[in-house]
Amino acid sequence: MDLNVLWFVLITVLFIGYFFLEGFDYGVGILLPFLGKDDGERRVLINTIGPFWDGNEVWLLTAGGAIFAAFPHWYATLFSGFYLALFLMLVALIVRGVAFEFRSKDDRPSWRSLWDWLIFVGSLLPALLWGVAITNLIRGVPINGQMQYVGTFWHLLSPYTLAGGMTTLLLFTFHGALFLALKTRGELEERARRAAVLVGAVAAPALVLLVFLSYSQIGLAGRAGATVAFWGAVVLLLAAYWLSRTGRYGLAFVGNGLAIVFSTVAFFSALFPRVMVSSLYPQWSLTIYNASSSPYTLKVMTIVALTLVPVVLLYQGWTYWVFRHRVGKEHLEY
Amino acid sequence: MDALLLARWQFAITSVYHFLFVPLTLGLSVLVAIMETIYVRTGNETYRQMARFWGKLFLINFAMGVVTGIVQEFHFGMNWSEYSRFVGDIFGAPLAVEALAAFFLESTFLGVWIFGWDKLSKSLHAAAIWLVALASNLSAFWILVANSFMQEPVGYVIRNGRAEMTGFFALLTNPHVLYQYPHTVLAGFTTAAFFVMGISAYHLLRKNHLDFFRRSFRLGLISGVISILLVVTVGHFQGQHLVSSQPMKMAAAEARWESRDPAPMSLVAVIDEKQQTNPFEIQIPYLLSFLSYNSFSGEVKGIKEIQAAYEDRYGPGNYIPPVTSVFWSFRIMVAAGALMLLLALLSLYLWRKGRLETKPLVLKAFLFSIPLPYIANTSGWYMAEVGRQPWIVYGLQRVEEAVSPVVSAGAVLTTLLVFTLLYGVLAVVDVYLLVKVVKKGPGETPAVPRVEDVEGVSLWT
Ligand code: HDD
Ligand code: HEM
Ligand code: HEM
Repeated sequence: MDLNVLWFVLITVLFIGYFFLEGFDYGVGILLPFLGKDDGERRVLINTIGPFWDGNEVWLLTAGGAIFAAFPHWYATLFSGFYLALFLMLVALIVRGVAFEFRSKDDRPSWRSLWDWLIFVGSLLPALLWGVAITNLIRGVPINGQMQYVGTFWHLLSPYTLAGGMTTLLLFTFHGALFLALKTRGELEERARRAAVLVGAVAAPALVLLVFLSYSQIGLAGRAGATVAFWGAVVLLLAAYWLSRTGRYGLAFVGNGLAIVFSTVAFFSALFPRVMVSSLYPQWSLTIYNASSSPYTLKVMTIVALTLVPVVLLYQGWTYWVFRHRVGKEHLEY
Repeated sequence: MDALLLARWQFAITSVYHFLFVPLTLGLSVLVAIMETIYVRTGNETYRQMARFWGKLFLINFAMGVVTGIVQEFHFGMNWSEYSRFVGDIFGAPLAVEALAAFFLESTFLGVWIFGWDKLSKSLHAAAIWLVALASNLSAFWILVANSFMQEPVGYVIRNGRAEMTGFFALLTNPHVLYQYPHTVLAGFTTAAFFVMGISAYHLLRKNHLDFFRRSFRLGLISGVISILLVVTVGHFQGQHLVSSQPMKMAAAEARWESRDPAPMSLVAVIDEKQQTNPFEIQIPYLLSFLSYNSFSGEVKGIKEIQAAYEDRYGPGNYIPPVTSVFWSFRIMVAAGALMLLLALLSLYLWRKGRLETKPLVLKAFLFSIPLPYIANTSGWYMAEVGRQPWIVYGLQRVEEAVSPVVSAGAVLTTLLVFTLLYGVLAVVDVYLLVKVVKKGPGETPAVPRVEDVEGVSLWT
């Protein structure tokens, strides 16, 4: 395996970490207005992800940094091309991040409900936009021979990419509901369980639809690996739904988490060895070879990443263990 | 307005805004860690309350630092795509390492610290905030390695139409970062020290929680005196280094149009950039030669001579940065530093004599000095970045070659307006919350936080 391939795999891993982990904290944010009936309950909901959300977000920052370091042309074309979409996401992440910290610092009801709404919107938008972004990478966007994106914001919206957005949104919401079913108690736990069953029932058909659309939209049929991963994701999601209906929320959480992992793998393997497809002319696509850094930089970064990623996994895993208990109203920080 | 100008405004606004929060994080994380360590060592309850009170202010500031940092991570690709293509091979690496080595550590253990007060042993809990402090100061190193490459490119070759890395270690030992890193981190410690002293002075003036704020003030004073002394010292050597590495920047910072040996230094000057002269200036003879070379002779090159040399080397063009603003930003930083140094030394003296609290004027001066480090930080960056113009990467790429070609002026204007508006609103909220927490003071933070349910809140109304 050459280093360009290795870095493609590493970036896939970073996105898996990001979607798996931040997936459930986006989900919690999306469910916040629906599950939390009063301020105390909403505080409990927010505190379930309190110790984790910032660490989870760093998976995205690292993926961004890794794309910059390993495939600078990908970084340049993607973020200058998807300019307004990325901008929307940044605004969402800004208001969401401060909302967690600010909401409990003042106890006027209007203050709190303002930040709660910002948490909701700030979680919903990225959950939606990531699906749109990833499906666009594969379906192809107008990229010219100089690696420049020559479309507009509206080029990014099509039935297929919107289906992609809806699917990530639903998968993450399902993930969040299952997480809450594991992390809350009593009345809230009850509501989270019901929400999980409800959302799961919509998420599964959405994913199936996306997979079917993928056959015509991205030529899935010719790609065995991606096909297997996609159908694997569908099976896992159906299993998760069934498990949540039968009350086994822990297993359901794992199942849906794996469905997220499999979907991510499916998309990246459908992309490989390209990183952004040109809809104008296949030769103009960005690939792991024409978009990459020099061999020396890839080598240095490989050494750094292979040393540090396991360490990060170790201590992040440790924090999940420290805060493994269900959250009640006694220990609220946010 | 064209996309380039708008993109520059956007970069300036988002970076300066990010850096309003960064220095306090760098310094206050360490001070809070020290407070908590004293608590763990001595069992003195006041220090636990100090860690919680100052920690609360730290967290509000930290949240702002994090969310503004997210924009930083992506705006090179958004607005400066040609820059990203040209230096990505080098510049991306420290950015990725920063996230991997520092941001993960910082955010994970901050979560542990906030939520772990009653879940971890005392020393493990204190270790968490030490890790946060370490990680913040580590993140500053990596980002400054990246920035230093733009100031003083090292360890690269130009190949395949871009700058490619040849020595990672050379990047890490870039002479520029060896000055810039201590200068910036110590500026952060200075910021935190004056923040703590200013707020403590506010409460000492009102005779609130005297023991609590005396101890806080003392900690601020000790760290403040040390760090301001060191900032000024490092700054001096940094300036000397720049005389050789970026002569144009230093010539602009001194508004030296002609080469002189020995060179005087202007304290103030009226600058005419069109005619390239200073119609009026107050000079101290020999001083610039002395500051540059530690000796009373030595030629300091002037802007005109450097401009001619650059034209020979890089082709025709204007290589002179905006002299007036670079000149004044340098003086504002130095003046703010001098004021802080005086104030810190004076109050150290008064403190030793036990007379500090009998001098309300001095305490008030501290309260009003809270903005000083912020002014110095901003003008310092201003000088460093604007003094580098027209280059984005010194000697290698110009700013106008760096901007994204496909992003329209309208798109940049939209994002510029929204970011500016959003940042403005958040600044108001941030200050409102900080003032609220400061006025409330300590003492109301019990060991296990109380649950304060607010009744009757409805999301749907
Ligand atoms: C506190 C402020 C601040 C900070 C922390 C930084 N800069 Fe800077 N930078 C500026 C303040 C600034 C500036 C003063 O705002 C400039 C100069 C002129 C301008 O428009 O923005 C600027 C310009 C500037 C530009 C393009 C716009 C231009 O030159 O007109 C780039 C791409 C960078 N810098 C890059 C960096 C990098 C890679 C940094 C850190 C690693 C960095 N700057 C830290
Ligand atoms: C222009 C280049 C810069 C980029 C791309 C950048 C990127 C970021 C990002 C993405 C974060 C959020 C991390 C998180 O979620 O925890 C952040 C925070 C931070 N950055 Fe920057 N940054 C820049 C400039 C700087 C500089 C020059 C310094 C210091 C000298 C600095 C020091 C910090 C620190 C200490 C934090 C921690 C959060 C806080 O400030 O409260 N950054 N930065
Ligand atoms: C009074 C003596 C001081 C001197 C001689 C001095 C010198 C310098 C110089 C020459 C630079 C430009 C570096 C470059 O262009 O690369 C600089 C930048 C800077 N200064 Fe100062 N400085 C002084 C005081 C301060 C103080 C008191 C603070 C803040 C508390 C401060 C904060 C900064 C910052 C944040 C930067 C930008 C980062 C950097 O390039 O290092 N300085 N300083």
